[in-house]
Amino acid sequence: MPITYTSGEQVEVYRFSLPVTVGVPLLALFLQAFLPRRFPGFAVYLDLPLLVTIYFAMARRNPISGLFTGAVIGLLQDMLGHNPIGIYGIAKTMVGYLASSLGVKLDVENAGARFLLTLGFYFIHSAVWFTVARGMVSLTQNWSWSRGLLAGLANAFLGVILYFFLDKFKQRA
Amino acid sequence: MESVLGRYRNLVILVGVLFLQMLGLAVQVKRSNDTEHTRLIRVWAVDVITPFERVLIWAQNGTGNLWHSYLYLRGVRAENRQLKDQIEQLRLEQVRLNEDAVQAHRLQALLAFKEQYISRTVAAQVIGSSGSDSSRMLYIDKGEDQGLKRDMAVITADGIVGKVLQVFPSVSQVLLINDQSSGVGTILEKSRLQGFLKGTATGEVVLEGVMSDEQVATGERVLTSGGDQIFPKGLPVGTVTNVGTGKDLFLNIQIKPAVNLGKLEEVLVVVERQERQAQTADVGRVRAADILAQRLPSVPDKPASVTNSPTTVPAGTAPKAASPKPAPAGGEAVAKQPVKSPSGSVVAGSKAASPAATQPKPSTAEPDPVKADPPKVDPANVGPANVGPAKVNPAKVDPATTESQDSPH
Repeated sequence: MPITYTSGEQVEVYRFSLPVTVGVPLLALFLQAFLPRRFPGFAVYLDLPLLVTIYFAMARRNPISGLFTGAVIGLLQDMLGHNPIGIYGIAKTMVGYLASSLGVKLDVENAGARFLLTLGFYFIHSAVWFTVARGMVSLTQNWSWSRGLLAGLANAFLGVILYFFLDKFKQRA
Repeated sequence: MESVLGRYRNLVILVGVLFLQMLGLAVQVKRSNDTEHTRLIRVWAVDVITPFERVLIWAQNGTGNLWHSYLYLRGVRAENRQLKDQIEQLRLEQVRLNEDAVQAHRLQALLAFKEQYISRTVAAQVIGSSGSDSSRMLYIDKGEDQGLKRDMAVITADGIVGKVLQVFPSVSQVLLINDQSSGVGTILEKSRLQGFLKGTATGEVVLEGVMSDEQVATGERVLTSGGDQIFPKGLPVGTVTNVGTGKDLFLNIQIKPAVNLGKLEEVLVVVERQERQAQTADVGRVRAADILAQRLPSVPDKPASVTNSPTTVPAGTAPKAASPKPAPAGGEAVAKQPVKSPSGSVVAGSKAASPAATQPKPSTAEPDPVKADPPKVDPANVGPANVGPAKVNPAKVDPATTESQDSPH
């Protein structure tokens, strides 16, 4: 099983340069807004800002940094739509916090662990998003298990590839 | 107390951040769904993201134009021949439609009908989306600087797209008709039943408000009714794909939009509309036989004084649009040239290019009275999302009011 429990001393903490910290989330948001123009199904199944949130949170292994990363990326994503600002913000804040908290306890360096964690965080993100959207904003949303599972797997698969590339930018703290 | 806060510091901060966001969300929900009060914050995000989108679209279009206009010309000859044949067929059809149009105008004038004209449109290019399937909207590259305002109708040659939701200096948000917060007043073409069009959570489009004891046929066309005060009457909306029993004595009618909302590249924003009394045009009749005769080499030339030659565009009518393909985007086409939409309302500012520019040269050497003094429309300036050839009835062209201008992109 790829997920292994490690002690706090064994866990590596990483940091990123300012251009990467700012540029990568912005690039993810840009692609998320731009690619559906060519590939209409992109926005239905893939959530690049979520993948970037998970990656930064797990690599930094700092819950406060993780939740703020998630909040900022989520709020920016909200601003690009027309729904009230905060739905993605709340969902990604939760994911950022949980991913970084889990990153402290688990070895999240290998592909298998990353795949499973991204799949899990996708469902957590969807659950929080749907709860807030239905409960607070009264958006009519229908959850489809088949579509959700497909989207989760697609995100997890893309996440593993994306994290591999993003690993090139991380520096030991 | 201090030690408890220190121990659960991360959790306390998480709860604080979540609480603040929920508070902000609650305030926005309380103030209704109007997005005006979050405009400033949204402008920041739009200003950060859209410049990259513009650059990428510009580069993409440049490369595409170079390839398709100069390098990849395979099959162009065959296509040209095919288009010429198509023009011939369309001209015959035009004659038939002209007769109907003239008759309809006469009746409208008798009944003192007011015709609705789209007198000015702005062509815009789609540069991005919201990136979320819960918010079905687009970003276009025109904004306040080009005269766009909230609630203006956004259309293409095929039909309606949506309405302008938010306007920023050089960018605007367009709410698509398949978003669940959108609503369009519609009418069924044959049965004349009225209803309103709504989007669903899954991105489908449904027609609501039609009673279950009414008969609605699959395949029937849906047009705008003009009742929403946003879309002019008579624009194509889509076709009925499925009719089922809904709730509360209403039918559940599913609609396939006339426009492929997932693949939009250029759109037209209706910035100005006019109403005017229907007038009977003094139209000379053109017979289909005349057109056929014109094509025969054995037919002798007609005298120059004959104004009803096949190439003559009857007063008040125009040929169909010239090019089925949109012109390169980015240019702003503003045309005060009304084009009749299928149901009788009139769409202008579109691809109804000048007769001289669109009509093929006749095979005979006869001088063409229209070509001698054509309305001045520069085809290069005609907007990209034009009214396509097979989509609208013959356009009305009033050379005196035809105007086309380019604005800086």
